[in-house]
Amino acid sequence: MAEVLVLVDHADGDVKKVTYELLTLAARLGEPAAVFVGSGADQAIAGLAEYGATKVYVADVADASDYVTTPLVSALAAAVAVASPAAVLIPSNADGKEAAARLAVRIGSGLITDAVDVTADGGIGAEQSVFGGATIVASAVTHGTPIITVRPNSTPPVVQSAAATRVDLTVELGDADRTARITERVAEERTGRPELTEAAIVVSGGRGVGSPEGFAVVEALADSLGAAVGASRAATDAGWYPHQFQVGQTGKTVSPQLYLANGISGAIQHRAGMQTSKTIVAVNKDSEAPIFELVDFGVVGDLHQVLPQLTDEVKKRKG
Amino acid sequence: MSALNIVVCVKQVPDSWAEKKLDPADNTLDRDAADAVVNELDEYGVEEALQIQERLGGPESVTVTVLTMGPEKATESIRKALSMGADAAVHVQDAALHGTDAIGTSLVLSKAIERLAPDIVIFGSESTDARMSVVPAMVAERLGRPQLTFAGKVEVEGALVRIQRVTDYGYDTVEASTPVVVSVVEKTNEPRYPSFKGIMAAKKKPVETLGLADLGVSPDEVGIAGAWSSVTSFAARPPRQAGTIVKDEGDGGVKLAEFLASQKFI
Repeated sequence: MAEVLVLVDHADGDVKKVTYELLTLAARLGEPAAVFVGSGADQAIAGLAEYGATKVYVADVADASDYVTTPLVSALAAAVAVASPAAVLIPSNADGKEAAARLAVRIGSGLITDAVDVTADGGIGAEQSVFGGATIVASAVTHGTPIITVRPNSTPPVVQSAAATRVDLTVELGDADRTARITERVAEERTGRPELTEAAIVVSGGRGVGSPEGFAVVEALADSLGAAVGASRAATDAGWYPHQFQVGQTGKTVSPQLYLANGISGAIQHRAGMQTSKTIVAVNKDSEAPIFELVDFGVVGDLHQVLPQLTDEVKKRKG
Repeated sequence: MSALNIVVCVKQVPDSWAEKKLDPADNTLDRDAADAVVNELDEYGVEEALQIQERLGGPESVTVTVLTMGPEKATESIRKALSMGADAAVHVQDAALHGTDAIGTSLVLSKAIERLAPDIVIFGSESTDARMSVVPAMVAERLGRPQLTFAGKVEVEGALVRIQRVTDYGYDTVEASTPVVVSVVEKTNEPRYPSFKGIMAAKKKPVETLGLADLGVSPDEVGIAGAWSSVTSFAARPPRQAGTIVKDEGDGGVKLAEFLASQKFI
Protein backbone atom coordinates (compact mmCIF):
# COMPACT_ATOMS: atom_id res chain seq x y z
CA MET A 1 0.00 0.00 0.00
CA ALA A 2 1.32 3.44 -0.90
CA GLU A 3 2.27 5.88 1.81
CA VAL A 4 0.19 8.95 2.60
CA LEU A 5 2.31 11.79 3.94
CA VAL A 6 1.11 13.96 6.81
CA LEU A 7 2.89 17.23 7.64
CA VAL A 8 3.39 17.41 11.42
CA ASP A 9 2.16 20.68 12.96
CA HIS A 10 4.32 21.28 16.01
CA ALA A 11 6.18 23.82 18.12
CA ASP A 12 9.65 22.46 19.01
CA GLY A 13 8.37 18.89 19.06
CA ASP A 14 5.12 19.66 20.86
CA VAL A 15 2.68 18.11 18.36
CA LYS A 16 -0.72 19.72 17.74
CA LYS A 17 -3.88 17.62 17.77
CA VAL A 18 -4.67 18.32 14.11
CA THR A 19 -1.65 16.15 13.18
CA TYR A 20 -3.27 13.12 14.84
CA GLU A 21 -6.56 13.86 13.06
CA LEU A 22 -4.71 13.88 9.73
CA LEU A 23 -2.92 10.59 10.53
CA THR A 24 -6.34 9.10 11.26
CA LEU A 25 -7.62 10.27 7.87
CA ALA A 26 -4.41 9.14 6.12
CA ALA A 27 -5.01 5.58 7.33
CA ARG A 28 -8.15 5.51 5.16
CA LEU A 29 -6.13 6.34 2.05
CA GLY A 30 -2.97 4.29 2.56
CA GLU A 31 -0.08 3.85 4.96
CA PRO A 32 0.23 6.95 7.19
CA ALA A 33 3.73 8.46 7.28
CA ALA A 34 4.57 11.68 9.11
CA VAL A 35 6.88 14.45 7.87
CA PHE A 36 8.55 16.29 10.73
CA VAL A 37 10.41 19.53 9.96
CA GLY A 38 12.65 21.29 12.50
CA SER A 39 13.95 20.30 15.90
CA GLY A 40 12.26 18.18 18.57
CA ALA A 41 11.52 15.02 16.56
CA ASP A 42 12.64 12.72 19.40
CA GLN A 43 9.93 14.15 21.59
CA ALA A 44 7.27 13.82 18.88
CA ILE A 45 7.79 10.30 17.54
CA ALA A 46 6.03 8.36 20.32
CA GLY A 47 2.83 10.36 19.83
CA LEU A 48 2.97 9.99 16.05
CA ALA A 49 3.38 6.20 16.47
CA GLU A 50 0.39 6.08 18.78
CA TYR A 51 -1.82 7.62 16.09
CA GLY A 52 -0.69 5.30 13.32
CA ALA A 53 2.45 6.73 11.69
CA THR A 54 4.34 3.80 10.19
CA LYS A 55 7.26 6.07 9.33
CA VAL A 56 8.44 9.48 10.43
CA TYR A 57 10.47 11.41 7.88
CA VAL A 58 12.61 13.88 9.80
CA ALA A 59 14.10 17.00 8.26
CA ASP A 60 16.08 18.37 11.19
CA VAL A 61 16.85 21.72 9.62
CA ALA A 62 18.37 23.83 12.38
CA ASP A 63 17.06 27.20 11.24
CA ALA A 64 13.75 25.91 9.80
CA SER A 65 11.70 28.16 12.07
CA ASP A 66 13.55 31.29 10.94
CA TYR A 67 11.95 31.42 7.49
CA VAL A 68 8.37 31.64 6.28
CA THR A 69 7.07 28.40 4.72
CA THR A 70 10.04 27.57 2.47
CA PRO A 71 11.75 25.02 4.79
CA LEU A 72 8.45 23.11 5.03
CA VAL A 73 8.16 23.06 1.24
CA SER A 74 11.71 21.83 0.68
CA ALA A 75 11.27 19.08 3.29
CA LEU A 76 7.91 17.99 1.86
CA ALA A 77 9.33 17.93 -1.67
CA ALA A 78 12.21 15.75 -0.44
CA ALA A 79 9.79 13.38 1.33
CA VAL A 80 7.61 13.14 -1.79
CA ALA A 81 10.69 12.26 -3.86
CA VAL A 82 11.62 9.46 -1.44
CA ALA A 83 8.15 8.06 -0.72
CA SER A 84 6.22 8.57 -4.00
CA PRO A 85 3.10 8.90 -1.83
CA ALA A 86 -0.53 8.39 -2.82
CA ALA A 87 -1.35 11.78 -1.31
CA VAL A 88 -0.01 14.51 0.97
CA LEU A 89 -2.21 15.78 3.83
CA ILE A 90 -1.39 19.15 5.42
CA PRO A 91 -3.15 21.05 8.23
CA SER A 92 -5.31 23.85 6.84
CA ASN A 93 -3.81 26.75 8.74
CA ALA A 94 -1.92 29.75 7.30
CA ASP A 95 1.51 28.08 7.25
CA GLY A 96 0.07 24.75 6.08
CA LYS A 97 -1.96 26.20 3.23
CA GLU A 98 0.95 28.28 1.97
CA ALA A 99 3.35 25.33 2.18
CA ALA A 100 0.80 23.23 0.26
CA ALA A 101 0.44 25.99 -2.35
CA ARG A 102 4.17 26.19 -2.99
CA LEU A 103 4.56 22.41 -2.94
CA ALA A 104 1.83 22.08 -5.58
CA VAL A 105 3.72 24.44 -7.89
CA ARG A 106 7.11 22.90 -7.12
CA ILE A 107 6.17 19.26 -7.75
CA GLY A 108 3.53 19.98 -10.39
CA SER A 109 0.51 18.62 -8.53
CA GLY A 110 -3.09 19.62 -7.97
CA LEU A 111 -4.21 21.11 -4.67
CA ILE A 112 -7.42 20.99 -2.65
CA THR A 113 -7.64 23.25 0.41
CA ASP A 114 -9.89 23.33 3.47
CA ALA A 115 -11.13 19.77 3.16
CA VAL A 116 -13.44 18.57 5.93
CA ASP A 117 -13.18 14.91 4.89
CA VAL A 118 -11.21 12.64 2.56
CA THR A 119 -12.44 9.62 0.64
CA ALA A 120 -10.76 6.67 -1.03
CA ASP A 121 -13.49 5.13 -3.18
CA GLY A 122 -12.72 5.43 -6.87
CA GLY A 123 -9.51 7.38 -6.30
CA ILE A 124 -8.57 9.82 -3.58
CA GLY A 125 -11.02 12.66 -3.15
CA ALA A 126 -11.88 15.37 -0.68
CA GLU A 127 -15.01 16.99 0.64
CA GLN A 128 -15.16 20.72 1.19
CA SER A 129 -17.73 22.92 2.80
CA VAL A 130 -17.99 26.18 0.82
CA PHE A 131 -20.00 29.39 0.59
CA GLY A 132 -20.38 29.78 4.31
CA GLY A 133 -21.04 26.10 4.80
CA ALA A 134 -24.13 26.21 2.59
CA THR A 135 -22.72 23.89 -0.11
CA ILE A 136 -20.84 20.61 0.17
CA VAL A 137 -18.42 19.98 -2.69
CA ALA A 138 -16.67 16.74 -3.65
CA SER A 139 -13.34 17.35 -5.41
CA ALA A 140 -10.48 15.32 -6.79
CA VAL A 141 -6.96 16.09 -7.90
CA THR A 142 -6.50 15.22 -11.56
CA HIS A 143 -2.79 15.89 -12.01
CA GLY A 144 0.22 14.68 -10.02
CA THR A 145 0.16 13.72 -6.33
CA PRO A 146 -3.00 14.92 -4.57
CA ILE A 147 -2.09 17.62 -2.04
CA ILE A 148 -4.96 18.19 0.38
CA THR A 149 -5.13 20.63 3.28
CA VAL A 150 -7.57 19.51 5.97
CA ARG A 151 -9.28 21.71 8.54
CA PRO A 152 -8.69 21.05 12.22
CA ASN A 153 -11.51 19.18 14.01
CA SER A 154 -12.57 17.39 10.81
CA THR A 155 -12.38 13.98 12.45
CA PRO A 156 -11.75 12.65 15.96
CA PRO A 157 -8.17 11.31 16.23
CA VAL A 158 -8.08 7.51 16.62
CA VAL A 159 -5.31 5.63 18.46
CA GLN A 160 -3.85 2.85 16.27
CA SER A 161 -0.30 2.04 17.29
CA ALA A 162 2.30 1.71 14.55
CA ALA A 163 6.08 1.39 14.31
CA ALA A 164 6.93 5.00 13.37
CA THR A 165 10.32 4.09 11.94
CA ARG A 166 12.49 7.19 11.75
CA VAL A 167 13.84 8.07 8.32
CA ASP A 168 16.18 11.07 8.21
CA LEU A 169 15.88 13.28 5.16
CA THR A 170 18.75 15.36 3.87
CA VAL A 171 17.30 18.77 3.24
CA GLU A 172 19.61 21.64 2.40
CA LEU A 173 18.07 25.07 2.51
CA GLY A 174 19.21 27.05 -0.50
CA ASP A 175 19.49 30.83 -0.80
CA ALA A 176 15.96 30.91 -2.24
CA ASP A 177 14.65 29.31 0.99
CA ARG A 178 16.33 31.94 3.12
CA THR A 179 14.81 35.13 1.75
CA ALA A 180 11.80 35.94 3.97
CA ARG A 181 13.41 35.94 7.39
CA ILE A 182 11.51 35.94 10.69
CA THR A 183 13.35 38.38 12.94
CA GLU A 184 10.99 38.39 15.90
CA ARG A 185 8.00 36.45 17.25
CA VAL A 186 5.61 38.53 19.30
CA ALA A 187 3.02 36.91 21.54
CA GLU A 188 0.42 39.58 22.13
CA GLU A 189 -1.39 37.78 24.87
CA ARG A 190 -0.88 34.34 26.33
CA THR A 191 -4.37 33.63 27.53
CA GLY A 192 -3.88 30.02 28.60
CA ARG A 193 -6.97 29.18 26.53
CA PRO A 194 -6.96 26.53 23.81
CA GLU A 195 -6.12 27.61 20.27
CA LEU A 196 -9.19 28.89 18.44
CA THR A 197 -9.18 26.51 15.47
CA GLU A 198 -8.32 23.45 17.58
CA ALA A 199 -10.67 24.06 20.54
CA ALA A 200 -13.52 21.64 21.27
CA ILE A 201 -15.65 24.53 22.54
CA VAL A 202 -15.63 28.12 21.24
CA VAL A 203 -17.44 31.00 22.97
CA SER A 204 -17.78 34.05 20.68
CA GLY A 205 -18.95 37.60 21.14
CA GLY A 206 -20.23 40.13 18.62
CA ARG A 207 -21.79 43.54 18.33
CA GLY A 208 -24.14 42.79 21.22
CA VAL A 209 -21.19 42.60 23.61
CA GLY A 210 -21.10 46.40 23.32
CA SER A 211 -17.55 47.28 24.41
CA PRO A 212 -14.06 45.90 25.03
CA GLU A 213 -14.93 45.56 28.72
CA GLY A 214 -18.07 43.64 27.76
CA PHE A 215 -15.88 40.75 26.62
CA ALA A 216 -15.18 39.95 30.29
CA VAL A 217 -18.46 38.01 30.50
CA VAL A 218 -17.61 36.11 27.29
CA GLU A 219 -14.14 35.25 28.60
CA ALA A 220 -15.49 34.21 32.00
CA LEU A 221 -17.90 31.77 30.36
CA ALA A 222 -15.15 30.45 28.08
CA ASP A 223 -12.88 29.83 31.06
CA SER A 224 -15.60 28.00 32.97
CA LEU A 225 -15.99 25.65 29.97
CA GLY A 226 -12.27 25.40 29.09
CA ALA A 227 -13.13 27.02 25.77
CA ALA A 228 -11.43 29.34 23.29
CA VAL A 229 -12.78 32.86 22.76
CA GLY A 230 -13.78 34.10 19.33
CA ALA A 231 -15.26 37.33 18.02
CA SER A 232 -17.32 38.44 15.06
CA ARG A 233 -15.97 40.91 12.54
CA ALA A 234 -18.19 43.64 14.01
CA ALA A 235 -16.37 43.22 17.33
CA THR A 236 -12.84 43.05 15.88
CA ASP A 237 -13.47 45.97 13.48
CA ALA A 238 -14.68 48.03 16.44
CA GLY A 239 -11.42 47.19 18.20
CA TRP A 240 -13.17 45.44 21.10
CA TYR A 241 -11.24 42.21 20.63
CA PRO A 242 -7.96 41.39 18.81
CA HIS A 243 -8.13 40.64 15.11
CA GLN A 244 -6.57 37.16 15.33
CA PHE A 245 -9.66 35.89 17.18
CA GLN A 246 -12.05 36.83 14.39
CA VAL A 247 -14.29 33.96 13.26
CA GLY A 248 -15.80 34.18 9.78
CA GLN A 249 -15.04 34.98 6.18
CA THR A 250 -11.68 36.85 6.17
CA GLY A 251 -11.01 35.40 9.64
CA LYS A 252 -10.68 31.94 11.17
CA THR A 253 -12.86 28.98 10.26
CA VAL A 254 -13.74 26.85 13.27
CA SER A 255 -15.55 23.57 13.56
CA PRO A 256 -15.79 22.77 17.28
CA GLN A 257 -18.06 20.32 19.06
CA LEU A 258 -19.88 23.26 20.62
CA TYR A 259 -20.10 26.87 19.39
CA LEU A 260 -21.73 29.56 21.53
CA ALA A 261 -22.55 32.77 19.61
CA ASN A 262 -23.30 35.70 21.87
CA GLY A 263 -24.63 39.00 20.58
CA ILE A 264 -23.89 37.85 17.02
CA SER A 265 -26.63 38.33 14.41
CA GLY A 266 -25.35 35.57 12.12
CA ALA A 267 -24.70 37.37 8.82
CA ILE A 268 -23.08 35.21 6.12
CA GLN A 269 -19.73 36.83 6.92
CA HIS A 270 -19.85 35.10 10.32
CA ARG A 271 -21.65 31.90 9.30
CA ALA A 272 -18.85 31.20 6.81
CA GLY A 273 -16.53 30.60 9.74
CA MET A 274 -18.64 28.48 12.09
CA GLN A 275 -21.50 26.77 10.27
CA THR A 276 -19.90 23.33 10.38
CA SER A 277 -19.77 23.35 14.21
CA LYS A 278 -21.44 20.22 15.60
CA THR A 279 -23.70 21.89 18.16
CA ILE A 280 -24.57 25.59 17.95
CA VAL A 281 -26.03 27.72 20.74
CA ALA A 282 -26.86 31.44 20.61
CA VAL A 283 -27.82 34.24 22.94
CA ASN A 284 -29.21 37.35 21.27
CA LYS A 285 -31.64 40.12 22.18
CA ASP A 286 -33.19 40.08 18.72
CA SER A 287 -35.51 37.10 18.25
CA GLU A 288 -35.35 37.70 14.47
CA ALA A 289 -31.54 37.36 14.27
CA PRO A 290 -30.57 34.88 11.52
CA ILE A 291 -28.24 33.07 13.91
CA PHE A 292 -31.36 31.45 15.46
CA GLU A 293 -31.93 29.57 12.17
CA LEU A 294 -28.73 27.63 12.85
CA VAL A 295 -29.01 26.87 16.52
CA ASP A 296 -29.74 23.71 18.44
CA PHE A 297 -30.64 25.88 21.41
CA GLY A 298 -31.15 29.62 21.57
CA VAL A 299 -31.95 32.16 24.25
CA VAL A 300 -33.61 35.44 23.34
CA GLY A 301 -32.23 37.78 25.95
CA ASP A 302 -29.44 40.10 27.07
CA LEU A 303 -26.11 38.29 27.05
CA HIS A 304 -24.95 40.45 29.97
CA GLN A 305 -27.68 38.81 32.07
CA VAL A 306 -27.65 35.32 30.58
CA LEU A 307 -23.90 34.63 30.37
CA PRO A 308 -22.96 35.38 34.01
CA GLN A 309 -25.86 33.17 35.13
CA LEU A 310 -24.72 30.41 32.78
CA THR A 311 -21.11 30.75 34.00
CA ASP A 312 -22.24 30.38 37.63
CA GLU A 313 -24.34 27.37 36.69
CA VAL A 314 -21.46 25.71 34.82
CA LYS A 315 -19.14 26.23 37.80
CA LYS A 316 -21.80 24.85 40.17
CA ARG A 317 -22.36 21.75 38.04
CA LYS A 318 -18.65 21.16 37.57
CA GLY A 319 -18.32 21.45 41.35
CA MET B 1 10.64 55.57 -14.52
CA SER B 2 9.70 55.74 -10.88
CA ALA B 3 12.07 54.76 -8.14
CA LEU B 4 9.62 52.14 -6.88
CA ASN B 5 7.02 50.17 -8.77
CA ILE B 6 4.13 48.48 -7.01
CA VAL B 7 1.66 46.08 -8.63
CA VAL B 8 -1.59 45.37 -6.77
CA CYS B 9 -3.51 42.26 -7.80
CA VAL B 10 -7.27 42.69 -7.70
CA LYS B 11 -9.97 40.08 -8.23
CA GLN B 12 -13.60 40.64 -9.02
CA VAL B 13 -15.86 38.40 -6.95
CA PRO B 14 -19.57 37.95 -6.24
CA ASP B 15 -20.67 40.31 -3.46
CA SER B 16 -19.32 38.76 -0.26
CA TRP B 17 -22.55 39.51 1.61
CA ALA B 18 -24.66 37.65 -0.95
CA GLU B 19 -25.49 33.95 -1.11
CA LYS B 20 -23.22 32.24 -3.66
CA LYS B 21 -23.97 29.30 -5.95
CA LEU B 22 -22.20 26.83 -8.21
CA ASP B 23 -23.32 26.51 -11.82
CA PRO B 24 -24.52 22.91 -12.38
CA ALA B 25 -23.48 23.09 -16.05
CA ASP B 26 -19.74 22.97 -15.34
CA ASN B 27 -19.42 23.02 -11.52
CA THR B 28 -17.81 26.48 -11.52
CA LEU B 29 -18.84 29.53 -9.53
CA ASP B 30 -22.00 31.12 -10.92
CA ARG B 31 -20.72 34.68 -11.35
CA ASP B 32 -24.04 35.98 -12.63
CA ALA B 33 -25.97 34.90 -9.54
CA ALA B 34 -24.81 37.86 -7.44
CA ASP B 35 -23.56 41.41 -7.99
CA ALA B 36 -19.86 41.58 -8.82
CA VAL B 37 -17.63 43.68 -6.57
CA VAL B 38 -13.92 44.15 -5.93
CA ASN B 39 -12.75 41.43 -3.55
CA GLU B 40 -12.92 43.19 -0.23
CA LEU B 41 -9.41 42.30 0.91
CA ASP B 42 -7.94 43.51 -2.38
CA GLU B 43 -9.19 47.01 -1.52
CA TYR B 44 -6.89 46.81 1.49
CA GLY B 45 -4.10 45.89 -0.94
CA VAL B 46 -4.83 48.95 -3.10
CA GLU B 47 -4.98 51.16 0.00
CA GLU B 48 -1.66 49.81 1.26
CA ALA B 49 0.01 50.53 -2.09
CA LEU B 50 -1.40 54.07 -2.08
CA GLN B 51 -0.22 54.67 1.47
CA ILE B 52 3.29 53.48 0.58
CA GLN B 53 3.17 55.82 -2.41
CA GLU B 54 2.13 58.75 -0.20
CA ARG B 55 4.81 58.00 2.39
CA LEU B 56 7.57 57.74 -0.19
CA GLY B 57 6.99 60.93 -2.16
CA GLY B 58 3.85 60.44 -4.25
CA PRO B 59 3.37 59.45 -7.89
CA GLU B 60 6.69 61.06 -8.90
CA SER B 61 8.63 58.40 -7.04
CA VAL B 62 6.20 55.47 -6.72
CA THR B 63 3.94 53.99 -9.41
CA VAL B 64 0.94 51.86 -8.47
CA THR B 65 -0.34 49.55 -11.20
CA VAL B 66 -3.46 47.43 -10.78
CA LEU B 67 -3.39 43.91 -12.24
CA THR B 68 -6.50 41.83 -12.70
CA MET B 69 -7.36 38.60 -14.46
CA GLY B 70 -11.00 38.09 -15.36
CA PRO B 71 -13.77 38.59 -17.89
CA GLU B 72 -14.56 41.95 -19.49
CA LYS B 73 -16.86 42.78 -16.60
CA ALA B 74 -13.82 42.93 -14.31
CA THR B 75 -13.13 46.36 -15.85
CA GLU B 76 -15.51 47.67 -13.15
CA SER B 77 -13.10 46.51 -10.47
CA ILE B 78 -10.19 48.11 -12.30
CA ARG B 79 -12.10 51.42 -12.43
CA LYS B 80 -12.76 51.22 -8.70
CA ALA B 81 -9.05 50.73 -7.95
CA LEU B 82 -8.08 53.54 -10.34
CA SER B 83 -10.71 55.79 -8.72
CA MET B 84 -9.11 55.13 -5.34
CA GLY B 85 -5.87 56.50 -6.82
CA ALA B 86 -3.88 53.80 -8.61
CA ASP B 87 -1.99 55.13 -11.65
CA ALA B 88 -2.53 52.51 -14.34
CA ALA B 89 -3.94 49.03 -14.88
CA VAL B 90 -3.35 45.80 -16.72
CA HIS B 91 -6.31 43.53 -17.48
CA VAL B 92 -5.59 39.95 -18.48
CA GLN B 93 -8.65 38.80 -20.35
CA ASP B 94 -9.08 35.68 -22.45
CA ALA B 95 -12.01 33.41 -23.22
CA ALA B 96 -9.80 30.41 -22.36
CA LEU B 97 -9.50 31.57 -18.72
CA HIS B 98 -13.02 30.55 -17.60
CA GLY B 99 -12.76 27.96 -14.81
CA THR B 100 -9.02 28.45 -14.20
CA ASP B 101 -7.90 27.06 -10.81
CA ALA B 102 -5.45 28.65 -8.36
CA ILE B 103 -2.45 26.97 -10.00
CA GLY B 104 -3.37 28.36 -13.41
CA THR B 105 -4.20 31.77 -11.95
CA SER B 106 -0.79 31.93 -10.31
CA LEU B 107 0.83 31.08 -13.64
CA VAL B 108 -0.98 33.83 -15.54
CA LEU B 109 -0.39 36.43 -12.83
CA SER B 110 3.29 35.48 -12.57
CA LYS B 111 3.79 35.98 -16.29
CA ALA B 112 2.09 39.37 -16.14
CA ILE B 113 4.13 40.35 -13.08
CA GLU B 114 7.37 39.35 -14.81
CA ARG B 115 6.43 41.67 -17.65
CA LEU B 116 5.70 44.58 -15.28
CA ALA B 117 8.78 43.79 -13.14
CA PRO B 118 7.57 45.59 -9.98
CA ASP B 119 9.60 45.91 -6.78
CA ILE B 120 6.57 45.01 -4.66
CA VAL B 121 3.53 42.90 -5.55
CA ILE B 122 0.59 43.27 -3.15
CA PHE B 123 -2.37 40.90 -2.82
CA GLY B 124 -5.36 40.72 -0.47
CA SER B 125 -4.76 37.69 1.75
CA GLU B 126 -7.86 35.85 0.53
CA SER B 127 -10.67 36.16 -1.98
CA THR B 128 -14.12 35.96 -0.47
CA ASP B 129 -15.33 33.48 -3.11
CA ALA B 130 -12.68 30.75 -3.22
CA ARG B 131 -11.17 31.50 0.21
CA MET B 132 -8.03 29.45 -0.47
CA SER B 133 -5.37 32.09 0.41
CA VAL B 134 -2.84 30.29 -1.79
CA VAL B 135 -2.24 32.43 -4.87
CA PRO B 136 0.26 34.86 -3.24
CA ALA B 137 2.42 31.93 -2.03
CA MET B 138 2.19 30.27 -5.46
CA VAL B 139 3.26 33.46 -7.20
CA ALA B 140 6.18 33.84 -4.77
CA GLU B 141 7.20 30.26 -5.54
CA ARG B 142 6.97 30.73 -9.30
CA LEU B 143 8.90 34.01 -9.31
CA GLY B 144 11.44 32.93 -6.69
CA ARG B 145 10.53 36.04 -4.70
CA PRO B 146 10.42 36.30 -0.90
CA GLN B 147 6.95 35.71 0.50
CA LEU B 148 5.75 38.37 2.96
CA THR B 149 2.17 37.20 3.44
CA PHE B 150 -0.70 37.74 5.93
CA ALA B 151 0.69 41.18 6.74
CA GLY B 152 -1.06 43.23 9.40
CA LYS B 153 1.48 46.02 8.89
CA VAL B 154 3.87 46.85 6.04
CA GLU B 155 6.97 49.05 6.20
CA VAL B 156 9.29 49.93 3.30
CA GLU B 157 12.80 51.20 3.99
CA GLY B 158 14.79 51.49 0.79
CA ALA B 159 15.08 47.97 -0.61
CA LEU B 160 13.99 46.38 2.68
CA VAL B 161 10.34 45.44 3.23
CA ARG B 162 9.28 44.49 6.74
CA ILE B 163 5.85 43.12 7.71
CA GLN B 164 4.02 41.89 10.75
CA ARG B 165 2.75 38.44 9.76
CA VAL B 166 -0.43 37.78 11.75
CA THR B 167 -0.23 34.50 13.70
CA ASP B 168 -2.44 32.64 16.16
CA TYR B 169 -0.48 34.07 19.07
CA GLY B 170 0.16 37.61 17.80
CA TYR B 171 2.55 38.30 14.98
CA ASP B 172 5.95 37.48 13.51
CA THR B 173 8.14 40.27 12.18
CA VAL B 174 9.36 39.13 8.75
CA GLU B 175 11.68 41.01 6.43
CA ALA B 176 13.11 40.60 2.95
CA SER B 177 14.74 42.62 0.19
CA THR B 178 12.84 43.66 -2.91
CA PRO B 179 11.53 42.32 -5.21
CA VAL B 180 8.92 40.79 -2.86
CA VAL B 181 5.38 39.40 -2.78
CA VAL B 182 3.15 40.80 -0.01
CA SER B 183 -0.39 39.87 1.04
CA VAL B 184 -2.38 41.99 3.50
CA VAL B 185 -5.14 41.21 6.00
CA GLU B 186 -7.93 43.66 6.84
CA LYS B 187 -6.13 44.77 9.99
CA THR B 188 -3.60 46.63 7.83
CA ASN B 189 -5.53 49.79 7.00
CA GLU B 190 -8.92 51.33 6.24
CA PRO B 191 -9.52 51.52 2.46
CA ARG B 192 -10.54 54.98 1.24
CA TYR B 193 -13.69 55.68 -0.73
CA PRO B 194 -13.08 57.02 -4.24
CA SER B 195 -13.60 60.79 -4.38
CA PHE B 196 -15.56 62.44 -7.20
CA LYS B 197 -12.26 63.81 -8.48
CA GLY B 198 -10.76 60.33 -8.31
CA ILE B 199 -13.65 58.84 -10.27
CA MET B 200 -13.29 61.48 -13.00
CA ALA B 201 -9.49 61.07 -13.12
CA ALA B 202 -9.80 57.28 -13.40
CA LYS B 203 -11.51 57.60 -16.77
CA LYS B 204 -8.31 59.00 -18.27
CA LYS B 205 -5.89 56.50 -16.77
CA PRO B 206 -4.28 53.89 -19.04
CA VAL B 207 -5.65 50.33 -18.98
CA GLU B 208 -3.68 47.77 -20.99
CA THR B 209 -5.52 44.63 -22.02
CA LEU B 210 -3.47 41.47 -22.51
CA GLY B 211 -4.41 38.03 -23.78
CA LEU B 212 -2.77 34.71 -22.98
CA ALA B 213 -0.68 34.90 -26.16
CA ASP B 214 0.84 38.20 -24.98
CA LEU B 215 2.01 36.40 -21.84
CA GLY B 216 3.27 33.27 -23.55
CA VAL B 217 0.74 31.10 -21.74
CA SER B 218 -0.86 28.28 -23.70
CA PRO B 219 -4.68 28.00 -23.46
CA ASP B 220 -4.38 24.34 -22.37
CA GLU B 221 -2.49 25.41 -19.23
CA VAL B 222 -5.58 27.26 -17.94
CA GLY B 223 -9.36 26.96 -17.87
CA ILE B 224 -11.32 23.95 -16.71
CA ALA B 225 -9.32 21.59 -18.93
CA GLY B 226 -6.00 22.89 -17.61
CA ALA B 227 -7.02 22.67 -13.95
CA TRP B 228 -5.19 20.13 -11.79
CA SER B 229 -8.17 19.54 -9.56
CA SER B 230 -11.86 19.40 -10.30
CA VAL B 231 -15.22 19.48 -8.59
CA THR B 232 -16.82 16.08 -9.09
CA SER B 233 -20.15 16.88 -7.49
CA PHE B 234 -21.83 19.32 -5.14
CA ALA B 235 -24.96 19.55 -3.04
CA ALA B 236 -26.66 21.98 -0.72
CA ARG B 237 -25.97 21.22 2.92
CA PRO B 238 -29.10 19.63 4.42
CA PRO B 239 -30.83 22.30 6.53
CA ARG B 240 -30.19 22.01 10.26
CA GLN B 241 -33.08 20.76 12.28
CA ALA B 242 -34.92 23.64 13.92
CA GLY B 243 -33.63 24.12 17.43
CA THR B 244 -35.31 25.10 20.67
CA ILE B 245 -35.58 28.85 21.26
CA VAL B 246 -36.51 30.16 24.68
CA LYS B 247 -37.07 33.71 25.90
CA ASP B 248 -35.00 34.77 28.88
CA GLU B 249 -37.30 35.35 31.82
CA GLY B 250 -34.55 35.61 34.38
CA ASP B 251 -33.63 31.94 33.96
CA GLY B 252 -32.07 31.92 30.46
CA GLY B 253 -28.61 31.01 31.77
CA VAL B 254 -29.99 28.12 33.80
CA LYS B 255 -31.99 26.80 30.85
CA LEU B 256 -28.90 27.01 28.64
CA ALA B 257 -26.90 25.14 31.28
CA GLU B 258 -29.57 22.42 31.34
CA PHE B 259 -29.29 22.05 27.57
CA LEU B 260 -25.49 21.86 27.72
CA ALA B 261 -25.72 19.26 30.48
CA SER B 262 -28.20 17.20 28.44
CA GLN B 263 -25.63 17.19 25.59
CA LYS B 264 -22.86 16.18 28.05
CA PHE B 265 -20.88 19.40 27.57
CA ILE B 266 -20.95 20.01 31.33
